Amino acid sequence: MTETFDLMPVLPELLVVLAAMGLLMLGVFRKGDGTASTTSLAVVALLVAMLLTWAVGGSERLLTFGGLFVLDPFAVFAKVAILAASTIALVMSLNYLDKEKLGRFEYPILILLATVGMMMMVSANDFLSLYLGLETQSLSLYVLAAFHRDSTKATESGLKYFVLGSLASGMLLYGVSLVYGFSGTTSFDGLAKIFGGEHGAHPHLGFVAGLVFVLAGLAFKISAAPFHMWTPDVYEGAPTPVTSFFAVAPKIAAMALLVRVMTGPFGEMTEQWRQIIVLIALGSMFVGAFAAIAQSNIKRLMAYSSIGHVGFMLTGVAAGTADGVQAVLVYLGIYLTMNVGVFAVILSMRQKGRLMEGIDDLAGLGKTNPAMAAAMAVLMFSMAGIPPMAGFIGKFYVFKAAVDAGLYTLAIIGVLTSVVSAYYYLRIIKVMYFDEAAESFDRASSKALGLVMAAATVINIVFVVVPGPLLTSAKAAAAVLFPVAG
Amino acid sequence: MTDWPLLSLTTFLPLVGALFILAIRGEAQVVARNARNVALLTSVATFVVSLFILGYFDGASAEFQLKESAVWLPGTVISYSMGVDGISVWFVLLSTFLTPICILSSIGAVETRVKEYMVAFLVLETMMVGMFCALDMVLFYVFFEGVLLPMFIIIGVWGGARRVYAAYKLFLYTLLGSVLMLVAMLAMYFNANTTDIPTLMAHSFPQGMQLWLWLAFFASFAVKVPMWPVHTWLPDAHVEAPTAGSVILAGVLLKMGAYGFIRFSVPMFPYATEYFTPLIYTLSIVALIYTSLVALVQEDMKKLIAYSSIAHMGYVTIGIFSMTTQGVEGALYQMLSHGVVSGALFLCVGVVYDRMHTREIARYGGLAERMPKYALVFMFMTMASVGLPGTGGFVGEFLVLLGVFQTNTWVALFAATGLVLGACYALYLYRRVVFGRLTRDDLKSILDLSPREALMFAPLIVVVIWMGVYPITFLEPMHASVAKLIDNYELARAAAETLSVAAR
Repeated sequence: MTETFDLMPVLPELLVVLAAMGLLMLGVFRKGDGTASTTSLAVVALLVAMLLTWAVGGSERLLTFGGLFVLDPFAVFAKVAILAASTIALVMSLNYLDKEKLGRFEYPILILLATVGMMMMVSANDFLSLYLGLETQSLSLYVLAAFHRDSTKATESGLKYFVLGSLASGMLLYGVSLVYGFSGTTSFDGLAKIFGGEHGAHPHLGFVAGLVFVLAGLAFKISAAPFHMWTPDVYEGAPTPVTSFFAVAPKIAAMALLVRVMTGPFGEMTEQWRQIIVLIALGSMFVGAFAAIAQSNIKRLMAYSSIGHVGFMLTGVAAGTADGVQAVLVYLGIYLTMNVGVFAVILSMRQKGRLMEGIDDLAGLGKTNPAMAAAMAVLMFSMAGIPPMAGFIGKFYVFKAAVDAGLYTLAIIGVLTSVVSAYYYLRIIKVMYFDEAAESFDRASSKALGLVMAAATVINIVFVVVPGPLLTSAKAAAAVLFPVAG
Repeated sequence: MTDWPLLSLTTFLPLVGALFILAIRGEAQVVARNARNVALLTSVATFVVSLFILGYFDGASAEFQLKESAVWLPGTVISYSMGVDGISVWFVLLSTFLTPICILSSIGAVETRVKEYMVAFLVLETMMVGMFCALDMVLFYVFFEGVLLPMFIIIGVWGGARRVYAAYKLFLYTLLGSVLMLVAMLAMYFNANTTDIPTLMAHSFPQGMQLWLWLAFFASFAVKVPMWPVHTWLPDAHVEAPTAGSVILAGVLLKMGAYGFIRFSVPMFPYATEYFTPLIYTLSIVALIYTSLVALVQEDMKKLIAYSSIAHMGYVTIGIFSMTTQGVEGALYQMLSHGVVSGALFLCVGVVYDRMHTREIARYGGLAERMPKYALVFMFMTMASVGLPGTGGFVGEFLVLLGVFQTNTWVALFAATGLVLGACYALYLYRRVVFGRLTRDDLKSILDLSPREALMFAPLIVVVIWMGVYPITFLEPMHASVAKLIDNYELARAAAETLSVAAR
């Protein structure tokens, strides 16, 4: 653990922030519509930031800003995933913004700012920097949700997201204040030290209460049941590219944050928080499995599906071991590829220039557009966790960690809900292949979408053959959170 | 040549063919023809390669042979490892033998989306062969579940009227059982710290744990076999599946469950196996008698054969759990012969279905007048299904009865009753379809077997006769592996007994 006072560890964040400011100036002072150019520049900035993250992040733990900010392999892993997700989301939205006449240069800038927030979140080493990152992210996301400001649905979803999000932030902040009140510090390292001793075995009740509030706040951000209510409405109401952004990057950030908080400051209190995590994991898996069955809008379906996936990831968190964290990271990586692929399909569902959202609109896709149908089928099987698709490996690792930690009941209920959720993933395949063809989609979808779709599909098929890179890097990233164990 | 990764080659060769087919472009007609040719060629080539496996297989050894191993999931002991013993080698051959016949049978029967159909079949073959070769538990699971993907598509896209329902039922039923097995596998992994199947066979699990693990595996395999009362997916799936799908379903997929029992439940959980043997006996006997009676009243040809499959698989489970040499070998033999015979019976149904587009028994009658060759083939396969001496069916059933008679006479008695009922429904079906007077007008112009269809039945008939007349070819390579299985079981049982005596 080396404490540096230089800005090296935050270089990627600085780059993204500066890029956001620069692009803002460019957008304001440029004549005409600058959406396309700002978006491409933003993509470049994100890619450079990804490279930088790789470059500055070593195998050690770098602290800066007096211990408020940490850069370790875990953060690097999460940041690369976040940056990749943001980049893909931006690339995928260009076509949409153009077609729906939503082109405004603020869009890429908001995404950049949200991304900075997320990067801060995963690198937070103190409740204060955590809150700062979280709010930077959330504020940008609220605006993005309502980006289509002439649509009542979008504004409603933005407002809903804002009100509920603020409530969650409030809860989180209240929890933090309790934690501070009963321990005298907000630093993760400090807290870990305090609870490493006998305090950990018998924590003060007020401290546990603080933990519960913090958890509730974080559960909202990852949309775990029972704090999931906002998700379907926001997913449905927000413009589709924004939804595709919501579905991946913020989930990765919040999940990584949750893992860091649970294993860092509260690392010695596994027994206390595990019961809560198990409960919300079960709740999320149930909601994700059963509530999705009745959906007819594919974006709502994806919302419930993401709730279900969060439940599976929480199963890994509940294990509270390095294996569990590795499983969560592996799952996040696979989740990223599955979701961007599916949203690339959803964004290509255009009939006569209009974007379709109904599951029925996919009818007969196997005949009218075999390539797209095949991609969607592979991704759906992967989401359902059917081997040999990548999704299976994700689920396998999560349940492996849970069984290793002795959480048999959770694992058994988890696999059973995954059977239920297989039902609605299969329904999409059924609609595409078994039902009679409806009107076909427009041919001229963008190249970028096709590329994302193809890449995601190939990754999901081939992953089972070469799982090595993701598994080993996730293992290294997870190991750093458990310094004693290895 | 022995250095070649024969098993991986057999497993993944169909996949290469599938990739080729995916690359075919052009007019619909041309694509369909090329896809058929490539698929047929690939599957025949796969069969030839799989014959090499048999050639290099040393039947005198009980060890796993032609082993291959590679790193798969780094950081864990889970690896890509393949190998066959005297039990699995036959199922690999059964899979590679039936696939070309299935592809041959679908020429003419499947006219829509031929390309996708062929791809699905080749992927299916990869999954089946891989499953029988896998020596790693997790790898086994991947292939075991992977079978569902192409099967779901095959039934759902090319199936009959209620195909969606049938496809769902097949998928969700089997998945539900399998996920429990996955949890059990994880529990075993952390108990034994390995996923290597041969090592696990030598590992002894705590007795209390064995019971739970056995039940979890049972949940998966019983659905696949299928055993009464979780058999209900099978008639639906069979009736709705296209002919070739039914052939594979009956020929290979049903064997996966029984293979699982032999590979996992019996050697790994001997205590639990002994504990639950009465349960297996009971369910098998109920299946035997109940499904035979149900088969008697069926109106649909495919449904009748589907129920007969459940009854025949009852013999298999009885044989396996009798844990005598004859019983286990008989069960294996019954699996092989049933794979060929029931496959052939479904093809027989397919032949008339392609002409008349109905499977209703009452719509037929007197086919012998117009279709003498067909009547001959159908009769032969019916007799094999009944278990006439001289056909493969007899050897299997006889050995099973012989084996189980030594351990439990009552079970043998009931099982023999099933034999009689089996003759009833099979002959009754044959009489209604082939004999009698040909009265219906549309049947008067029905054509006999085409050369392609004759070609498709010829190898099946040869194999059935071979199995019936000279069973030693098939039994000899099994001996060593079966003997080892039973020895280990007896050893574990003896050890458990001394343990319980000592505890007293």
